[in-house]
Amino acid sequence: MTDVVVEPTTSVAVAHGRGEMPPWRLLLRRPTFIVGAAILLFWVICAVFGHAIAPQDPLAQQLLATNKAPSGAHWFGTDQLGRDVFSRVIVGARTILVISFFATVLGTVLGTALGLIMGYLGGLIDTVAGRLIEAVLALPLVIVAFLFLVALGTSPLTMIVVVGLVFTPLIARTVRSAVLVERQQDYLDSARLLGENRSYIMFVEVLPNVLPVVLVEFTVRLGYAIFAIASLSFLGFGVQPPTPDWGADISVNYGVLPAGYWWMVLFPALAIASLVVAINLVTDSIEQVIAS
Amino acid sequence: MTATEIAAAGSVDDLTPTLRVEHLEVTHRVRGNDRRALRDVSFQIGRRESYGLVGESGSGKSTVALALTRYLPRNGRVTGGQISINGQDPLAMNEHELRQLRARTVSMVYQEPGKALNPSIRIGRQVAEVYEVAGLDRSVAQDKAEAMLRTVQISDPGRVMGLYPHQISGGMAQRVVIAMALAAEPALLILDEPTTALDATVESEVLDLVAALRADFATSVLFISHNLAVIAKMCDRVGVLYAGELLEEGPAHQVFEEPRHPYTVGLLRCIPRRGQRKDAGRLDTIPGFLPSPGHTLPGCVFAPRCPIAEQRCREAPPPAFPVGPGRTSRCYLHDETSHLPRNTPVEVELPSSREATETVVSLRDVSKTFTHSGEAVRALVGVNLDLERGETLGLVGESGSGKTTLARALLGLIAPDDGSTVELDGTALAGQAKRRPREQLKSLQIVFQNPDSALNRRHTVRRLISRPLSRLAGLSGERLRERLNDLVRSVRLEERHLSLRPSQLSGGLKQRVAIARAFGGGPRIVVCDEPTSALDVSVQAAILNLLADLQAKEQVTYLFISHDLGVVRYLSDRIAVLYLGRIMELGPAETVFAAPHHPYTEALLSAVPSIDGQRADRIRLHGEIPSAANPPSGCVFHTRCPRRLSSGVCETTEPPLAEVAPGHLMSCHIPIDQLTILQRVEQDSD
Repeated sequence: MTDVVVEPTTSVAVAHGRGEMPPWRLLLRRPTFIVGAAILLFWVICAVFGHAIAPQDPLAQQLLATNKAPSGAHWFGTDQLGRDVFSRVIVGARTILVISFFATVLGTVLGTALGLIMGYLGGLIDTVAGRLIEAVLALPLVIVAFLFLVALGTSPLTMIVVVGLVFTPLIARTVRSAVLVERQQDYLDSARLLGENRSYIMFVEVLPNVLPVVLVEFTVRLGYAIFAIASLSFLGFGVQPPTPDWGADISVNYGVLPAGYWWMVLFPALAIASLVVAINLVTDSIEQVIAS
Repeated sequence: MTATEIAAAGSVDDLTPTLRVEHLEVTHRVRGNDRRALRDVSFQIGRRESYGLVGESGSGKSTVALALTRYLPRNGRVTGGQISINGQDPLAMNEHELRQLRARTVSMVYQEPGKALNPSIRIGRQVAEVYEVAGLDRSVAQDKAEAMLRTVQISDPGRVMGLYPHQISGGMAQRVVIAMALAAEPALLILDEPTTALDATVESEVLDLVAALRADFATSVLFISHNLAVIAKMCDRVGVLYAGELLEEGPAHQVFEEPRHPYTVGLLRCIPRRGQRKDAGRLDTIPGFLPSPGHTLPGCVFAPRCPIAEQRCREAPPPAFPVGPGRTSRCYLHDETSHLPRNTPVEVELPSSREATETVVSLRDVSKTFTHSGEAVRALVGVNLDLERGETLGLVGESGSGKTTLARALLGLIAPDDGSTVELDGTALAGQAKRRPREQLKSLQIVFQNPDSALNRRHTVRRLISRPLSRLAGLSGERLRERLNDLVRSVRLEERHLSLRPSQLSGGLKQRVAIARAFGGGPRIVVCDEPTSALDVSVQAAILNLLADLQAKEQVTYLFISHDLGVVRYLSDRIAVLYLGRIMELGPAETVFAAPHHPYTEALLSAVPSIDGQRADRIRLHGEIPSAANPPSGCVFHTRCPRRLSSGVCETTEPPLAEVAPGHLMSCHIPIDQLTILQRVEQDSD
């Protein structure tokens, strides 16, 4: 039997605006979205109110209580300097979330603009930009970012700019193909016959129609950004110690893993994993709602 | 059950109908709610009979076909009634028996032949497979397949068998699909809109083929279409489906001649027929909408839109009243249908009689050459045309004839070749719209075929209609609001529609928004590119009336493109017939429709099926339009022309577009007197 579920072709009910549900209502009906959003919300709260929530000062060194395993006093144990791992994980949410969020916003804005221009104008611009994008994509993302950071020096701002720029071509490519689909539509010809100029057509006529694609691309890239930022921190290019940071904390502590101090690495790693999984759950739900 | 047993069961006597459907009810489950798609549908198809199901979109006609072979989507199921195909009940079958039924007893042909064929398997293989499933040897199957392709009139089957589906045309693909459907020698052949995606000339060939094969194969046919004329041509009996119910049934010619249900009457009145023209009066319409799926109307489903509905119609569903031999009508008032009142008055707000002639636009030597993979494709070749104020020029021709290219060149959406001139009020226009000043832009607007594509789905109706008012008419503030309200009223939209987005509107309402937008700037010329082809018949009539009214009021000129010659005839004052980018014939509408006409026009006209019966002798056009990249020598039409001269002049010399009567131009070597004699027979039928 055919495995498709189709609506009967009668869509006249919709003709009067009844029976249609706003997209956010559809999202809230999906358990995957609820779970993902809840985890994400938890980390956002940590990022904003981290210091208030954390039971202890994440920077306070207790030299008498170093390398303590998880216990009632220190839920996630303490690190080599006796700092509370739980508090460091809570407070560490801020740097990674802020940097990856702004990096993704930057990449999405630039990538969307570039994708619109390439897709709508086409021709030489599209060809040249297309080849450049392919060249950039051929290099591993972290290596490219790494090179930039070496050249520019490290700071949260340069991390945002570098990761944002690295994402730009990726997003541009996806937006471009969505624009190519829109270019087949007659409403663009109608706009031309009203004498609209190119930027109006690109940003007022086409952009709203590719926004769903942009939204999905944003959430997908946010997940990647978290990985990228964590990796770069791990390599020592992120926030500098002693500021709590998941990637950096893993980097500092993984040397003592063989000694059995697993908690110093595991909990920041789980934090990264939960954040990425949460974002992907949200992304999947958004994609499915848009597709339906 | 083994294959032989099924075969035995299949060979039932000639008296059992091939298909019997009784009180069929189908329900779709949508978001947790049950929606009834079919209610109490009963009909039979006898041996060798051809039965037509007509209905507008949403009537449930495809659901019937899917239910018969249990191909309903996962959320649909048969919730009542019985089906019997050749005495067998598909609803009681297991997977294996169902496969046998689909392989041997019932075949289906769908609308899109391109989708019915596997794109990565050669034609020969696909057709042969049908025989292999039936248990034949591979080499025998191959031979059988070739013979079958010859039966469906594919001239070089050996070559076609080696091709992939994308290498053959739509008409040819549909022949292949029909060949595959008939290969199993099914007892029942279901055709679901089989020619809707095809050109009229190709459609007529495919329909002729089906009619011929039906006789040869002794197959019963269930023919599903929204096109009443196609059903009238193809079917012995017809059932009219509306909102999942069979409202009227009977012999096709009787139902169409003397309908006994208000819906059938309304449907027939919506279609411009028998040469009806806009000056003679408006088309009748069916107001309102199809009831929403899952409706719970206690009475007749058509009552909310019926002009003569009474209290009892709204209270209890009418039974199927017998209204003649083999005829039923689900209407309490089936005796009153012959004098059903009109929904739309005939009177025309008469156009202030067009001032003699005032040329608004003239096209001189307009050509357009596209470069397609290194080849020059001449889509338009030296077209000369004048458009006069307040007139409608109908543009007809098969797809690929250059109709849309001509319209786009006029609008400046594509720049014509150098040397072409398009003049507006004597001023030459820039080739591209973006180089034209506002005054010129606002003079030329368009209504597209598909409003879903033509309206930005993210913008509200208010924004869509306001934009031309501010951009082109230069209005703002209170004056914009006033004009907007005027405009909304004149296209018969309502104020509440303004805040909606296109997806919240029905097809007809969307097209009204598109029309309002085109008229916003106060245009002189509006190109209508198949404006009603995507719409249902009842909606089409309302849109055609609207276009006629607006023209009478605003004295606007239409360049009206349509493949539906009835529609073109209704709206057009003059007609231009295009073939391979050249004008073949140009003249007043009635002159072009009446003989003598160009052989191509003649062929187009005779290809169109009519509700009112077929012309006695039709000329048929074989094959498909040649490629514009490599047009035939001499007269480009000579390769398909049924009246080609034996002297050979047609093959060598291109005939000029010459005036054969005042205002009537034709490009043909045959002298007009001779054409008159050749085509005399048809003159009588007009």
